[in-house]
Amino acid sequence: MRTPSQAPSRPTSRSGLSPRFLIAGALSLAIGLALTGAAKAGPTLDAIKARGSIKVGVGTQPGFFAPDSNGRWQGFFVDFGRALSIAVFNDPDKVQFVSSSPQQRLPALQSGEFDILLSGVTQTFTRATKLGFHFGPVVFYDGQGLLVPKKLGVSKGKELNGATVCVQTGTTGELNITDFFRQNRIAFKPVVIEETAENQKAFASGRCDVLTQDASDLAITRTQLPKPDDYVLLPERISKEPLAPAIRYGDDQWLEIVNWAVYATIQAEELGITQANIDSFLTSADPTVRRFLGVDPSLGEAAKLDPKFAYTIVKTVGNYGEIFERNVGPATKVGLDRGFNKLWTQGGLLYAPPFR
Amino acid sequence: MTDGVLQSAPPLATPLPRWQRLWAGLFGTPLNAAVTLCCLALLGWAVPPLLRWTLLDAVWVGPADRCADAAGACWAFIGEKLRYILFGFYDQDRQWRPAAAGAILLALAGLSGMPLFWRRATLWLWLFGLAAALLLLTGGPGGPAVPTERWSGLPVSLLLAVVGLVGAFPLAVLLALARRSSMGGVRTLAVLFIEVTRGVPLIAVLYVATLLLPLMLPAGAAIDKLLRAQIAIVLFVSAYLAEIVRAGLQSIPAGQYEAAQALGLGYWQSMRLVILPQALRTVIPSIVTLAIGLFQDTTLIIVIGLFDLLNTARTAAKDPAWLGFYDEAFGFASLIYLTVCVIASRYSLWLERRLRR
Repeated sequence: MRTPSQAPSRPTSRSGLSPRFLIAGALSLAIGLALTGAAKAGPTLDAIKARGSIKVGVGTQPGFFAPDSNGRWQGFFVDFGRALSIAVFNDPDKVQFVSSSPQQRLPALQSGEFDILLSGVTQTFTRATKLGFHFGPVVFYDGQGLLVPKKLGVSKGKELNGATVCVQTGTTGELNITDFFRQNRIAFKPVVIEETAENQKAFASGRCDVLTQDASDLAITRTQLPKPDDYVLLPERISKEPLAPAIRYGDDQWLEIVNWAVYATIQAEELGITQANIDSFLTSADPTVRRFLGVDPSLGEAAKLDPKFAYTIVKTVGNYGEIFERNVGPATKVGLDRGFNKLWTQGGLLYAPPFR
Repeated sequence: MTDGVLQSAPPLATPLPRWQRLWAGLFGTPLNAAVTLCCLALLGWAVPPLLRWTLLDAVWVGPADRCADAAGACWAFIGEKLRYILFGFYDQDRQWRPAAAGAILLALAGLSGMPLFWRRATLWLWLFGLAAALLLLTGGPGGPAVPTERWSGLPVSLLLAVVGLVGAFPLAVLLALARRSSMGGVRTLAVLFIEVTRGVPLIAVLYVATLLLPLMLPAGAAIDKLLRAQIAIVLFVSAYLAEIVRAGLQSIPAGQYEAAQALGLGYWQSMRLVILPQALRTVIPSIVTLAIGLFQDTTLIIVIGLFDLLNTARTAAKDPAWLGFYDEAFGFASLIYLTVCVIASRYSLWLERRLRR
């Protein structure tokens, strides 16, 4: 299950290279294209099909991934895992969720512990290049926030000179907070804790002045504190946290399945198709809708997927908006606003390339 | 002594009645009185709020909303999550399997504690018992297989601890014998393994087994994660157990070795028939202590993402429908650990008294 951790070398197209080098480059590119263009699936997809199920790495965070009373995984990212299972097997339950802590999830993905990591990993340059992970579409746009007690009398992050900050290990949050204080030339004392719940306990007991996490986590944390109204989430977001599915290098076809399974949920919302009304769209005359839902089967055939994969995904787990509202939306305990995670047509960042 | 006259011992004081002894112990001296009063004050400060939280203000049944308004513990949460905390991700309609497997493991451990079962036939009992427990957990025969990712909760804790100790036993005996062997190479290897393993924390061993080992194996040769953790625990425990067994071997007087030799027994025969039966018997209390520690150490597998009892309890409080009842979850889990460990340590005390006879 190991994959090379380095990208296959690609011909560079800088000026000043000898023609022979360019020709060699073009040749190797052509060979590379011919190889990847072949119908053979990559090692990850092969393993998934041989095993008969997808192994999805998850974390544990209320609303995003948590087992319910029956021992069944539920949550925002979990639903995307089920969508993938539908795309590959046409069955939402051919998926095994494997729990993993922030510190060990990337090495675990590298060592083949799972086929895809859907645990709220931030897409970064280093992770994509040096660590050798491809990222699928961003499924959740988050940003790191600062939660402070009101009695601290602070209204923005720059006033936090000398503060003690509780932060989780192994996350980008640990690096961001160091950058933030360095940029603003103010001092801070980090209190580094691995477990989310312990981190929150430490903050609630007053061991640190500031709790920093992705803003989505902080919203939940605040509701869990003994007196939520005594705390305030500072307005600034000190980082960009695009959370995206991550896979190992070396399986382009698997990457495309991940991409388009996620895009299907976004496209469905854009077309106004929901779990409830999807069947009424089957008779639509709109060619976009007909292609999307597989009434016109040409798309699925081209991708070697079930032509109705998008239909089944939306019918089973819903469109992006429904997944969001059901797991983490304002009506749930987590109570998040859509924020950046609105469609581009509504001022958000979600945008699916055309299904054609 | 110098004048050579034997002096009679002073007459034994008649023992005081019980309440007087108690009074003397608690308030006999000013220091005792001060300590007693301090302890009473501490109890008076800690116990009433704890009682209020656990019993008086607690919510015993009902939905999560009722708990949110209550000041006390939410035992309704444990009621709702009991199945999940005990058996985790195992299929609900087949959870008698992990239940039975857990019962078998407990029974094996309990029976082995009885001197009646300290005989060779118990080995077979263990082999059959372990095979039955594993078979039950894997889902067969006559049912779809259950992958180890779904094994969780109490049976996993018991499995890791029981198999960890039993699997380590033969290895530990060999290591202990090797460490006392007169063959230099064998002895050096044993010393090296024991000291290195004992010098490394269990967490590090688990990390190596789960993260580094798969990277070192050839492609496609994946070993199951639970199995890797189990092997790591067996190796880890074997080093500690080996030292206990070695202590037992050292407690056997040289006369026993010589007597065995004089009877014409070879090395293995004398070990098997004369030395080990005596040596192991003397170290049973130490082994029980190790077992108690091991049962608690299995909770460390939380760091590699396996779901033992503590991890299922922890994640039970992450369900958005029942969010944040960590105190109840950890309280319940610690109650289970406490029960098992108190029974084991009482057993150990009883055993020590019995062996002294």
